[in-house]
Amino acid sequence: MNLIESLERQQIEKAGREVPDLRPGDTVRVHARIVEGERERVQVFQGTVIRLRRGGVNANFTVRRIASHGVGVERSFLLHSPRIEKIEVLRRAHVRRAQLYYLRERRGKQARLREKRTR
Amino acid sequence: MKSILGKKVGMTQIFNDKGEAIPVTVIEAGPCYVTQVKTVERDGYRAVQLGFEETKEQRLTRGERGHLEKNQLPPLRHLREFRIGSDEEVKEGDRILVDVFEEGDWVDVIGVSKGRGFAGVVKRHGFGGGPKTHGQSDRQRAPGSIGACAYPGRVWKGQRMAGRMGGARVTAQNLRVELVDPERNLLAVRGSVPGANGGLVMIKAARKSKELAKRRGE
Repeated sequence: MNLIESLERQQIEKAGREVPDLRPGDTVRVHARIVEGERERVQVFQGTVIRLRRGGVNANFTVRRIASHGVGVERSFLLHSPRIEKIEVLRRAHVRRAQLYYLRERRGKQARLREKRTR
Repeated sequence: MKSILGKKVGMTQIFNDKGEAIPVTVIEAGPCYVTQVKTVERDGYRAVQLGFEETKEQRLTRGERGHLEKNQLPPLRHLREFRIGSDEEVKEGDRILVDVFEEGDWVDVIGVSKGRGFAGVVKRHGFGGGPKTHGQSDRQRAPGSIGACAYPGRVWKGQRMAGRMGGARVTAQNLRVELVDPERNLLAVRGSVPGANGGLVMIKAARKSKELAKRRGE
């Protein structure tokens, strides 16, 4: 193991948070800590994981959700960021590609994903 | 004395107390030895020569071996000089470790930039190149005009042209020390550092840090 890897692992351990096994297509609920001046609060962002990039401490993922009036909102998170309190996986879908960018062109019923059945 | 020699390991990112991701360059710094102290009386200026990275004795010339044996030092691959102030006390044979730095210090890092070979004017000086369309051929990365006409009748000195790029000494100023690990001799500074991974870098206290300027102003 080289020095960079061991340093990155140390960073991940320091966060001390359980990292769920995420996949593209998952419906997740991300509890993100937000600092507003002095106050700190937790905001929940729920949506579909449309992209997941691995790579040590820099691992990140993008969540897409449909906000009011059918406007799509995407937000990227660093998987190991200490600003993320918790990530809940609510539903796992059957998808055939790694990046689900095609969901951006779809709306309503067309943007549905088939659920993956697990035994 | 806040100077040390090190080896660039590579880049990564770390999270600070606020939870922000900070891009850092990791440097394996020290242990270094003071191989020579230059004095005003003898050399006309004050400086220390630091040695870094133990190597096999057969890799050194006899001159180098003799120079190091004077202070019973191990064979060292790299020797570099740092200027020091008149109030700093060092003696030959001293060991310098990363713990001379601490988190929050401002440092300058000096290295040799990556060689780019014979580079054109677009890469080397950031020229815009020529038009891509409207019947142009062979002009996309051309330098354009390099001068006027009868006056001056020659090309001005210093006209930027293609040529060798990189492989030069470069200083990255005012980098913040984000992490010091004395156990593994590691140092992480914010941002990038000149040179390739594995290259030798010199680290010293920043010359133009804002804190220093503030102190001088008082």
